[in-house]
Amino acid sequence: MRSSAGGGSAVLWHGLTSKVVIPAVLSPVIAGLVAAIGTWSLYRITRSLTQAARGHGFRIGQIGSACLVSLAHGTNDAQKTMGVITLALIANGTLAKGSNAPIWVIVSCAIAISLGTYIGGWRVIRTLGKGLVEIAAPQGMAAESASAAVILLSSAFGYSLSTTHVATGSIIGTGLGKKGAEVRWNVAGRMATAWVFTLPCSGLVGAAAYALAHAVNGTLGVIVILIILAALAGLIFWRSRSNKVDHNNVNAEWTGTVTPAEPEPAAAAS
Amino acid sequence: MSWINLSALWKILVFGLVAGAGLPALFAGGLYALSLGPHRARAATAGADGGDDSDVLVGGSIAGIVIAALCFLIVLAAIGWSIYEIYQIGHPAPAKK
Repeated sequence: MRSSAGGGSAVLWHGLTSKVVIPAVLSPVIAGLVAAIGTWSLYRITRSLTQAARGHGFRIGQIGSACLVSLAHGTNDAQKTMGVITLALIANGTLAKGSNAPIWVIVSCAIAISLGTYIGGWRVIRTLGKGLVEIAAPQGMAAESASAAVILLSSAFGYSLSTTHVATGSIIGTGLGKKGAEVRWNVAGRMATAWVFTLPCSGLVGAAAYALAHAVNGTLGVIVILIILAALAGLIFWRSRSNKVDHNNVNAEWTGTVTPAEPEPAAAAS
Repeated sequence: MSWINLSALWKILVFGLVAGAGLPALFAGGLYALSLGPHRARAATAGADGGDDSDVLVGGSIAGIVIAALCFLIVLAAIGWSIYEIYQIGHPAPAKK
C-alpha cells in the first residue's frame, strides 16, 4: 500500500514491487496457464457431446463460475477501495488505529462498485469476450474458474492484484487452449499499454488532487476536486453514449474497434 | 528482503491448477456422464448421418446420472469448503482469553 503525502521518500518501493507489481505481472500468466489447461481438458472431456449440448451445459456452469469471480473480486480488488478510505480516516484521526472499515464505507463502496458494473460493463465485455478472443461457453467457464481460483488464492496470501489483469490472462489462455481459436495479440498489446500507463497516471492524478486540495485549503478544496472529477466522469459517460455498446450489439462482428462499425444496420442485417 | 515469494508462487500455481482447471474438468466429466444413455445427443461427424444438434443434457443412463450427480456434488462441496476457508482467513476466531 502506498502511503499518501510526504513526497517520494514516503513511498515504500519494496512493498510496492513485491506485493503489487510482481504479483500483477505474474498472476495473469499463471491464470492463463490454468485457463489454457482447463479449456483443453473441457473440450477433450466433452468432445462426444453436440456443440449445442456442450454450450447448454457450460452455460449452466458459467453461472457458478461467474459468481465465484465476483466473490474473488470482492476479496481482492474491492478491498483496496475500502482500504484507501479507511486508511485516510485513520491517518486523519477520525478512526482509531487498527479499527475495521466502518459499515458506511463498506456499503458505499459496494453500491458504487455495483452501479459501475451495472452502467459500464458492455465495452469491457465486448473487448474481452469478442475482441481479444471469440469465446464460447466452455472457454468462458474455464477462464472464470481460472481467474476465480488465482484471485482467491492470491487474496489468501495477501497479494493485491487486479481482476482485470487476471481475467485477461485467463481469456488469452482459453484462446491458446482451444484448437482453431485466435488470440488477437494487437488487442492484448493495446490493453497492456493501457495498464502500463494507468499506474503512473493514477499517481499523477492523486498528486494533482492533493496539490489542489492543499492550495485551495480544506473542505472547499475537496469539494472543488469532487466537482472536477464528477464533471470528467460525466464527460466520459456522455462520450460513451454517442456510440453505445449494449446487449444489442455486444456480440457484433469484431472489426478492429470496440464500437461496432454500424450498430443499427449491421444488427438488422445479421 | 525477498522480491518474489517463491513458496507462495508455487502454491498459487498448484492449487490454482487443482481448483481452477481440475474442478471445471470434473464438471465436464459430470456433463459427459450425464449425456450417456439412449437419449444421448450425438455430435455430427463430418459427412456422416446420425448427427443432430440437440442440446439435451440427460442421456438417460442411470449409472451416468449417478456418476454425474457425484461429480457435481464434489464440485459444489469443494467450492463450499473453499469459501468457508476464505471466510476463516477474513474472520479469524477470537483468541481464547
